[in-house]
Amino acid sequence: MRGITFDVAHMLAGSLVLVSFMQLYQDRLYALLNIFALHALILAASVAWQAFIQDAPHLYLTAMIALVFKAIVIPVALHRIIVKLGIHREIETAVGVGPAMLLGMGLVALSMVVMLRVTAEADPLAREDLAFALSVVLLGLLMMVTRRNAVSQVIGFMSLENGLVLAATGAKGMPLVVEISVAFSVLIAFIVIGIFLFRIRERFDTVDLQALDRFRGERR
Amino acid sequence: MMVVYALYGVAALLALAPIAIVLGAAPRTQGPVLGVATSVVYGASLIVTLSLCIIALLSLFEYSQSPSLVTLPLGLPWIGAHFRIDALAAFFLVVVNLGGAAASLFALGYGRHEHSPLRVLPFYPAYLAAMNLVVMADDAFSFLVSWEFMSLTSWALVVARHQVRENLRAGYIYLLMASFGTLALLLSFGLLAGPDGHYAFDAMRASHPPAALAALVLLLVLVGAGSKAGVVPLHAWLPLAHPAAPSHVSALMSGVMTKVAVYGFVRIVFDLLGPPDWWWSMVVLGVGGITAVMGVLYALMEHDLKRLLAYHTVENIGIIFIGLGLALAFKAHGMPLAAALALTAGLFHVFNHSVFKSLLFFGAGSVLNATGTRDMEHLGGLIHRMPQTAFVFLVGCVAISALPPLNGFVSEWLTFQAILLSPQLPSWGLKFMVPAVGALLALSAALAAACFVKAFGVSFLGRARTPAAARATETDSNSLAAMYFLAALCLVAGILPGFIIDALAPVTKSLVGFSMPHQAGVEWLSIVPIAESRSSYNGLLVFVFVVLSGSIAAFAIHRLASDKLRRAPAWDCGYPDSSSATQYTASSFAQPIRRVYGTSVFHAREIGEMPPPGATAPARLKVELRDLIWIAAYAPVAAAIDYAAEKLNVLQFLTIRRYLSLVFTALVLLLLVLAIWP
Repeated sequence: MRGITFDVAHMLAGSLVLVSFMQLYQDRLYALLNIFALHALILAASVAWQAFIQDAPHLYLTAMIALVFKAIVIPVALHRIIVKLGIHREIETAVGVGPAMLLGMGLVALSMVVMLRVTAEADPLAREDLAFALSVVLLGLLMMVTRRNAVSQVIGFMSLENGLVLAATGAKGMPLVVEISVAFSVLIAFIVIGIFLFRIRERFDTVDLQALDRFRGERR
Repeated sequence: MMVVYALYGVAALLALAPIAIVLGAAPRTQGPVLGVATSVVYGASLIVTLSLCIIALLSLFEYSQSPSLVTLPLGLPWIGAHFRIDALAAFFLVVVNLGGAAASLFALGYGRHEHSPLRVLPFYPAYLAAMNLVVMADDAFSFLVSWEFMSLTSWALVVARHQVRENLRAGYIYLLMASFGTLALLLSFGLLAGPDGHYAFDAMRASHPPAALAALVLLLVLVGAGSKAGVVPLHAWLPLAHPAAPSHVSALMSGVMTKVAVYGFVRIVFDLLGPPDWWWSMVVLGVGGITAVMGVLYALMEHDLKRLLAYHTVENIGIIFIGLGLALAFKAHGMPLAAALALTAGLFHVFNHSVFKSLLFFGAGSVLNATGTRDMEHLGGLIHRMPQTAFVFLVGCVAISALPPLNGFVSEWLTFQAILLSPQLPSWGLKFMVPAVGALLALSAALAAACFVKAFGVSFLGRARTPAAARATETDSNSLAAMYFLAALCLVAGILPGFIIDALAPVTKSLVGFSMPHQAGVEWLSIVPIAESRSSYNGLLVFVFVVLSGSIAAFAIHRLASDKLRRAPAWDCGYPDSSSATQYTASSFAQPIRRVYGTSVFHAREIGEMPPPGATAPARLKVELRDLIWIAAYAPVAAAIDYAAEKLNVLQFLTIRRYLSLVFTALVLLLLVLAIWP
C-alpha cells in the first residue's frame, strides 16, 4: 500500500509539473486554455488522491472546488472572453519557446535542490510534493513574466495558485478554511481581472499590455 | 494602585484633545469662544498634571519599595500593555508633570496671544499624555508607541506656525531625526528581547545579553535616546525645532522631553542591560563632555534668544550625560557609593534643568510676545518695561550659570565631587579621561555663565535698540505666576538640596544598589556627599551671605555714598551720539570667545569691507560661521539619499512585466542563496 500511494501521488504531482511545461510553449490562447483545464484536472485528481491517502474527507471538497471552478468554470469563462474580445487567433510570446523551456528546467532543478535540502527530516511524500509544488509556482510565475497578453497572464496566475493548493494539500493538517479562502480569493481575482480586461479593451482596443505601456508614454 | 490613578490622569489628558477640537471647532468660532477653549484646555491640563505630580511624589516617597504594576488589554494581542511606576519612573514623572503644570499655568496667559490656537490646543494635552506614558511604559511595545506618539505630537506643535518657511524645515528635520532615533531604539529593544521576543521589561531585566550584544545595545540607545536628548552630533534638529514651537511648548520640549529621552537612556542602560563594561563609561563620558562644550559654544555664537536657550539644552544634556557616564564607570568598577553620588548628580541636574530651562523659555516667550522678536540685537532695556520678567529671567540665568545659592550650582558641584573621586578608579583609561572631562565641564560652566551675561545683558539692560523693544509691556499675571513659581523652586532646590538628594535615594538604590548618605540628619541643612572631612556645601549659608552682603553693600552705597537714586545715561562711554546702535551688542560681546574658539570650531571668518577713499558706501564687517558638524555629518548623508532617490525613481515607472520580472528574479535569487548556502 505504502509503495502504490507514494507512486501515484508522485506521478500526479509530477504530471502537474509536466503540464506546467506544456503551458509554457503554447502560443495560441485556445490551446493554452485547454492545457490549463488539464492542469486543473490533474490538480483535482492529485488533491482527491491526497484526501484518500490522508483519510481527510474535507480535501474532497477542495478537489471538488478545483474541478468545478478551475477545470470547468474558469476555462469556459475565459473561452467566452477570448471570443468576445476577438483575440482567439493571436500568437504571442515575449521569450522564445526554447529559452523559456530552458529557464523552466533550471527553475525545477532549483526548487528540487532547495526543497530537498530544507525539508530533510520531513515525510518523503510531503518532501516530493513540496518540491513539485514549488516548481509549479515558479513555472506559473515564469509564464506571467514571459507573456504579454493579459489573458495568458491570468492563466499564469491561476496555475501558480494551483501550485499553492498542491503544496497546501500535500502538507497534512492545513485547515479547510485556508483552502476555501484561497479558492475564493482566486475567484474574486478572476472576476476583477475579467472586468479589468473588458475595461482595458474598451479603452485601448487591445489586451496587449504593451499598449498600456505605450499609453503611459514609457519606453520599453 | 498608583499606576492606575496615573493612567486615569493620562486618559483625562488624552480626552482633552478631542474636547479641544470640539470646543475650538464650534460653528464659526470667534475670539471669546476660542478664549474659553484655551482656558479650558490649559486649566484642565494644569489640574491633571498637578494631580499626576502629586501621585508621582507619593509613589516616590511611600511606595518606592514595591513598584506598582498594571497590565491593560491594549496593544499587541495576548501581550497587552504593561505599565509600572517604580522609583525611577516616579522621579521622572515628577519632572514631566512639574514642567507640564508650569507650562499649562504659563499658557493660561500666554496661549491667549496664539494666532491659531486650534493648531496648538488639541496636541498640547496629547503631548503631555505621551510623555507620561513613555515614563510609565513597562514593555518595549508600549514604550516605543508612546515614544513615537510623543515625537508626532511634538512635531505637530513645531509646525503649528507653518506659515514661516523655517518652521516647516525645522519640522521636517525633526521628523527625520525622530524616526531615525526610534529606529535605533527599536533595534536595541529587538536585541534586548533576544530570539524569543520577550518584550516585557521584566523579562529583559532578568536576561543579560552577551557582552558584544550589550555593547551594541548601548551604542544604539546612545543614538536613539541621544538623538532625542540632543547629544552632539545628533543635536542638529534641536535648535531648529525647539524655538519653532510656541514658547510654552518650547519649554516642554527643552525642559521635559529631553529628560524623557534621558529617562529612556537610564532605563535601558542602568536597568535593563545588566552589569556594565568599564569602557561603556568612556563612550558616554566622551559624548557628554563634547556635547557640553559644543552646546555652549554654539549658544555663544547665537543671537536668537530661543535658539540660544535651545543650544544651552544641548550643553546641559552633556552635563547630565557626564554624570551618567561617571555613574557607569563607578558601577562597572564596583564602587556603588561613588556611583550613587554620580547618578544623583546627573538626576539632580535633570530636575534642575527642567526647572530653569522652562523658566528661561517662559521668559523668552514673554519677551517675544511683548516685542515680537527673538533677535537679541533688536532688544535691550527691557528691564524698565518688564521689570518682573527681567527679575525672574535673571534668576533663571543665575541658576543655569551654576552660581550659588541656586540649584544649578548644587548639581554641578555634586558632579565635580564625583569627578574628584575618579583617582580611585582602577583602570588607567578612566583615570586619564575623567579629569579631562572634568576640565570640559568646567569650561562649559564658565562659557555658560558668559553666555547668560550676554543673554541677560543685551536683552534686558542698556537701552532699547528698536521701537518695538521700547514699547514692550509687562506680561500677564498667569505667566508671571508660572515664572515666579519656577524661580522659587530654583531657589528652594538650591538652598535645601538635601531633601532632593534624599528623595533620589530610592532611585539610585534601585539602579546602582546603593544610595548617598542620608542628608536630612546633617546639621544646618548642609549636604555632605561623601564625608564631612572631604567636602560639604550649605546653600542656606551661601544664600544668607549673598543676601546680607548684597543688602549691606546696597545700603552702604545708597545711604552713605549718595542718598538718592540717580539716573545716568547708560553706555555713555564717550559717545555724544545717543543712538542706541552705539551700545555693546551681542556679537561684540561674543567676539573675544569667537576669536579664541571660532576659527577652529566654526571656521569663523571676519570679512572687513572698506570702501575706497571718497566713496560714500558704508564700511562693513561681516562674520561668517560654518557649522562643521552639519557639513561633515549631515550634508553628505542628505546628498547620498538625494542621489539614491533620483536613481531609484526609475523604479516607479516600470512596465507591468518588468515589475513581475523583478519579483521573479528576486524570488529566484533568494532561492538560489538558500540552495547554495552551506
